[in-house]
Amino acid sequence: MSEDHDHSELSPIAARVRALETLLTEKGYIEPAALDAIVETYETKIGPRNGARVVARAWVDPAYRERLRADATKAIAELGYAGRQGEHMAAVENGAGVHNVVVCTLCSCYPWPVLGVPPVWYKSHAYRARAVIDPRGVLAEFGVTLPRETEILVWDSTAEMRYLVIPERPPGTEGWSEERLAALVTRDSMIGTGLALGPST
Amino acid sequence: MNGAHDLGGMMGFGPLAPERDEPVFHSHWESRACAVTIAAGACGLWSLDESRSVRENLAPAQYLAKPYYDVWITALEKLAVAHGLVSAEELAVGRPLAPPRAAPKVTPRRMAEAIARGSPYDRPPSAAAAFAVGDRVRARMMNPPGHTRLPRYARGRVGEVAALRGAFVFPDTNAHAQGENPQWLYTIRFTARELWGDDADPRSTVTIDAFEPYLEPA
Repeated sequence: MSEDHDHSELSPIAARVRALETLLTEKGYIEPAALDAIVETYETKIGPRNGARVVARAWVDPAYRERLRADATKAIAELGYAGRQGEHMAAVENGAGVHNVVVCTLCSCYPWPVLGVPPVWYKSHAYRARAVIDPRGVLAEFGVTLPRETEILVWDSTAEMRYLVIPERPPGTEGWSEERLAALVTRDSMIGTGLALGPST
Repeated sequence: MNGAHDLGGMMGFGPLAPERDEPVFHSHWESRACAVTIAAGACGLWSLDESRSVRENLAPAQYLAKPYYDVWITALEKLAVAHGLVSAEELAVGRPLAPPRAAPKVTPRRMAEAIARGSPYDRPPSAAAAFAVGDRVRARMMNPPGHTRLPRYARGRVGEVAALRGAFVFPDTNAHAQGENPQWLYTIRFTARELWGDDADPRSTVTIDAFEPYLEPA
């Protein structure tokens, strides 16, 4: 939120956005409050904390993990997360020797109800181009180095399935509460470009 | 179409440079661009497939040069004109010049419901699935001029059916007002070596989600 709000000199793109918004609201198609509500929803309500709760639940509750495997859309909805860009969910689990990474090479498909608005790097040409051909190189740029023998599974979201990575539970967190565990689950660990944080962080 | 959006395997875009503590939106106009695109979509006059198709039809140099939300807004301008919400003249002057067309009004309540409900894309199948988990399949060599979700890097390559997801709206027809035409959707796993050659990581695989018309037995 910055420079261009309520200033008379807008950048060309900010002016185009404002013109389109003005037209669509003044012609009566969209109530301005609906736009405010969308921004507020994704700035304050729908974000990666949602996904972190799903992961933490899967870590502590084997029955929930099973339900997540069987029908991720339904299991995620149990925690109240559903809707736009999360209509058809699949959970992919990291484990011994297996690491999952999610990308959308064709646009920027992303599981919004559990992770929110995608970060700039996820939408970048560089990530979309490289994640499928050089996943190890991409991971290295995020500071993640996996053993050579680890199998990397890249999921290109080319249809309406949306993927959530379930990272491995960090060692040293035995007996932790779900809430405490959720704080270790980063956004990037649920895309696959990161790992869950360790207990000392 | 073989547009600039089909980026898998391209090189030369430089490092990823992830930003620490990134805000949800980087400026006011980005937040409004995102919101107005979502809200206008909730008028229900066009599908997600059509909006993707319009974005990827931008000339490659434009598509690659524009900031992310500029691509959205450029597509939304085209969609709003094509579907009669606004005229090109109104866009140029930035104020209404003619009465609105009939369209459902997007209120905060309607928008909240649309976000909470989403738009499920699964549909009842019209025939039995042609392939089963474990089958070897080849992604067809095809270069349609219209919208498709089969990335170029997979075309002609052989993979294995990893999952059968159900029948879904077929983007290739739905994007062009040719019907939802539901098709079986499969997750297909390719080895990195099949896609990229012998220098590729022997331990990596890439999956795509592919509609049945994209596939043939291998």
